[in-house]
Amino acid sequence: MTEAYLFDAPRTPRGKGKKDGSLHSVKPVSLLSGLMRDMQQRLSLDTALVDDVVLGCVTPIADQGADIAKTAALVAGWDWQVAGVTLNRFCASGLEAVNLAAQKVRSGWEDLVVAGGVESMSRVPMGSDGGVWAADPQTSMQTDFLPQGIGADLIATLEGFSREDVDAFALRSQQKATAARAGGRFTSLRPVRDINGLVILAEDEFIKPQSSMETLAALKASFEMPGKMGFDSVALRKYPQIERINHVHTAGNSSGIVDGAALALIGSEAMGKRLGLNPRARIVASAVTGTDPTIMLTGPGPATIKALGKAGLTIKDIDLFEVNEAFAAVVMKFMKDLQVPEEKVNVNGGSIALGHPLGATGCMLLGNLIDELEARKLRRGLITLCVGGGMGIATIIERV
Amino acid sequence: MINYSKDAQHIVTLTIDMPGLSVNTMNASFRSALAAAVAQLERDKDQISGVILTSGKDSFFAGGDLRELIRIRPEDAQSCLDMVEHNKAILRRLEKLGKPVVATINGSALGGGLELALACHYRIALDQEKSKIGFPEVTLGLLPGAGGVVRTVRLLGLQEAMPYLLEGKQVSPAAALEAGLIHALANNQADMLQQAATWILANPQAKQVWDKDDYKLPGGAANSPKLLPMIMVAPAMLREKTRGNYPAPEAILAAMVEGAQVDIDNALKIEGRYFTRLATGQIAKNMTGTLFFQMQEISSGKSRPQNIPKSSVKKLGVIGAGMMGVGIANVSAARGIATVLKDQTLEKAEQGKASVAQILNKKVTQGRLSAEKAEAQLALIQASGQISDFTGCDLIIEAVFENRELKASVSREAEGYLPDNGIMASNTSTLPISSLAKAVSHPERFIGLHFFSPADKMQLVEIIKGRQTDAATLARAYDYVLQIGKTPIVVNDARGFFTSRVFSSFVNEGLSMLVEGLPAALIENAALSVGMPVGPLAVQDEVSLSLSRHVTEQTRADMLAEGLIWQEPASAAVINSMLDQHQRPGKAAGAGFYEYPKDTSINGGKKYLWPELEKLFGKAGFTLPYADLQDRFLYIQSIETMRCMQEGTLESSRDANIGSIFGIGFPAWTGGTVQFVNHVGIEEFSRRAAELQASYGERFALPERYQEFAQNSRQY
Repeated sequence: MTEAYLFDAPRTPRGKGKKDGSLHSVKPVSLLSGLMRDMQQRLSLDTALVDDVVLGCVTPIADQGADIAKTAALVAGWDWQVAGVTLNRFCASGLEAVNLAAQKVRSGWEDLVVAGGVESMSRVPMGSDGGVWAADPQTSMQTDFLPQGIGADLIATLEGFSREDVDAFALRSQQKATAARAGGRFTSLRPVRDINGLVILAEDEFIKPQSSMETLAALKASFEMPGKMGFDSVALRKYPQIERINHVHTAGNSSGIVDGAALALIGSEAMGKRLGLNPRARIVASAVTGTDPTIMLTGPGPATIKALGKAGLTIKDIDLFEVNEAFAAVVMKFMKDLQVPEEKVNVNGGSIALGHPLGATGCMLLGNLIDELEARKLRRGLITLCVGGGMGIATIIERV
Repeated sequence: MINYSKDAQHIVTLTIDMPGLSVNTMNASFRSALAAAVAQLERDKDQISGVILTSGKDSFFAGGDLRELIRIRPEDAQSCLDMVEHNKAILRRLEKLGKPVVATINGSALGGGLELALACHYRIALDQEKSKIGFPEVTLGLLPGAGGVVRTVRLLGLQEAMPYLLEGKQVSPAAALEAGLIHALANNQADMLQQAATWILANPQAKQVWDKDDYKLPGGAANSPKLLPMIMVAPAMLREKTRGNYPAPEAILAAMVEGAQVDIDNALKIEGRYFTRLATGQIAKNMTGTLFFQMQEISSGKSRPQNIPKSSVKKLGVIGAGMMGVGIANVSAARGIATVLKDQTLEKAEQGKASVAQILNKKVTQGRLSAEKAEAQLALIQASGQISDFTGCDLIIEAVFENRELKASVSREAEGYLPDNGIMASNTSTLPISSLAKAVSHPERFIGLHFFSPADKMQLVEIIKGRQTDAATLARAYDYVLQIGKTPIVVNDARGFFTSRVFSSFVNEGLSMLVEGLPAALIENAALSVGMPVGPLAVQDEVSLSLSRHVTEQTRADMLAEGLIWQEPASAAVINSMLDQHQRPGKAAGAGFYEYPKDTSINGGKKYLWPELEKLFGKAGFTLPYADLQDRFLYIQSIETMRCMQEGTLESSRDANIGSIFGIGFPAWTGGTVQFVNHVGIEEFSRRAAELQASYGERFALPERYQEFAQNSRQY
């Protein structure tokens, strides 16, 4: 079978996802077209050879509507032959785009695909695309819908993670990200430039180096109020072994709201040779799965096990992990269940410190992982995210 | 049935007066009469200036025909949907007639009656406090299926419509005007008709607001940024109350929101589908059967001996000014009964009266009672330390501590002040009435009146016939309970009567689970999940563990004295351990199965399960199928009811169903402890009970007569 190789994995810095964030003035299509132009120039890429652009976007309306993948390719001046598709698998969208691109290449039906994702959360707010899951009472009741944060608090309650535990995890994320930025570990980072070529943002701006256990402890539990309004009882109906939910997650130990985009160039070995590109990694295996949609965030473990099974590997064969820090408890449960030491996980910090631009994150984690595997001269890495609806996703890569 | 008459101003008055019925009902013959009337209006359209819709009865219209609805089977879904669609089409034609249509609401307009009125362009109601306007459908497991959901939402907006549709809120005409449900009030019939005519002549082009081009949903669209957060949390808020056991409010919420996103005709279709789903389902039948039909039987005196003239209590005596005595005095005075509230000293009695004043003051402050009425009510209560003040009482109720000797002595003492036909009642919750009756010289005029705490809120009174209680005494006690606006059930004398016995079976089941080693939270949540209002451990704390032990000890002594076999319930060991080793007697003491923190920094000052329970009783890793826990709570209460039926403590399913729902909080969705058996189906119930018996003990064995019992209960 044709193997799928990763040649390039650039990303933008992550801008604070509010009006005072550096990227709020930048359209999401510009985040993407900037990365695409940069990729084309750096690699001297003949874009006519790109079969498709597959991009994740979780709120594909307004500025991000109408198939932003194709629109971005046109704006970037890529060849008209390049097709584009936008997909939504909630928080897994960016990684799903990578997996789909790899599957296209491995099937032999396409030879060169650009994967990636975008989310300008400051411009297109999370949840603004509506959807019946939360907004239609019948659907909500039939599926026992909960806001994700309550699911995260439920995980913490069931696993016995205290507020101190999750805050301590969050603090380590900040410390690791601070060190990584200072040490230049994010080698695939590409600055966002304006129409004059002037730099708008060159580094991740959401990190809070001053974080301490005290500042984290002062933050209010974010999901106590919706819990009290009735959502806790939805959770307790499904998890009757607990008396009440311990609301431990705050803005400080949950992923940050940010703007950003990422790409990944994936192709066959033959295409790499034709383009004169050295493959950075092989996409070994991928998996998606589903778990209880109410607790919602327990998918990474089962998805990882499924991907390892496909690859014929065990958890010990993986040198580094990127486990999306949607909420601290999600990663903590993953490490606990799969007995993964924290030294191997999110070594340069995660979404708690850096932010989680929904549709882009999965692809950003891929870029971070390959950068770090190369820097440490390690072999295999695994990316996994918890996903809305109880889904989980995982991808295994191997340096070549 | 619908009289059609046209006056000199060319106004047609449609008078609904259904023959042979005391109230107008939306049944098949009404529907065809309305169809004919609307067809005639359409034919006469060019010759008329408008239409007045009114009633020939004391009330406007009572709503759907529940006898018709309760017979709808799942396989009737298509004909049910066709029926409501047809009905709604007629109402739609009426509101699109092109001529003004006015409803003159001359009394209560509930359910279908209000739906009829909402299909008119203008609504005027007689301004009388006793008239009720609202949608009781949800309380019977149904939804307003003649456009009530759709039109109320379009009239008031999603949020404002919620209390009326989801909670069945009923209001007076004045409050309905304020809410925007109606447009005007009238002082009398003539004024109402005059106002109607004036409005018709002034508004020849009348249209419903929702049929106008510039119509916007009041309060915002369902997906508007203003409403969306509320819509998203509404299902969770609803299910926090219903625990997912009540399909009606869920269907109503869904029909409201889905209907608000399409045009009215499509909204009506959506409403019809949800209505059909409810009407063909079992839960609406459980609720309608018990809460409407059986309740009606009780208020019409079906369990009361016939051929005995109706009576009323003019003067009541209450012995004991504790919480229960005070409650009984309060509810009796509220219905205009002169009440003597007696305790050992005048001072104690005055204290009791003062707590009535406190309850009344609170109502006045909340605007639920006028100051004059409160004063008049309080004046009816005479605090007394002298037994001779009972002179002239028709009925004396003793409400002293649950102690046989004490009850005997106060009853004996008071009896002498009753007239020849006066009756003596005991408010015991556990002591057999026949044994208490031994203390008095007229046991035939001695009866049990078991009120529930708090007496001013709890609707049920369990009437207990002693072995010698005569029919006249029962009839008078029954009349008294109805007189004070409460719901009587009648049971025969046996230990624990009916309600206390079934209640104990519930609590005992919860304590058994604790002994088995299950987590306390799981036990409490399992009980709540099936619809019990409070978990068994929480309720045991409320009752207090020491009181329960006292009752158990009394029962044991009585049974041994009677030469019966005494079997210690599973709960006894837990209660003894909690009381003797851990000094945790319950809520009043601030420590029981729960902790009751006084400090708000601990769990927000709210109670939480005592963490030591896990160490004391928990078995690590031990669990049972959750469905077993849920079923155990419901089945044990139904099986205990069956035993009461077999032993003759209960005489009718009616009393069992109503008594279990209103006395001990057995979930209303089941229709009561007897109807729950029908809900499951007797064969399935017996199969499942056998499973539970094999796994959890002989207490789940069905009494021999269950088959016969089940067959008898099927008629309901």
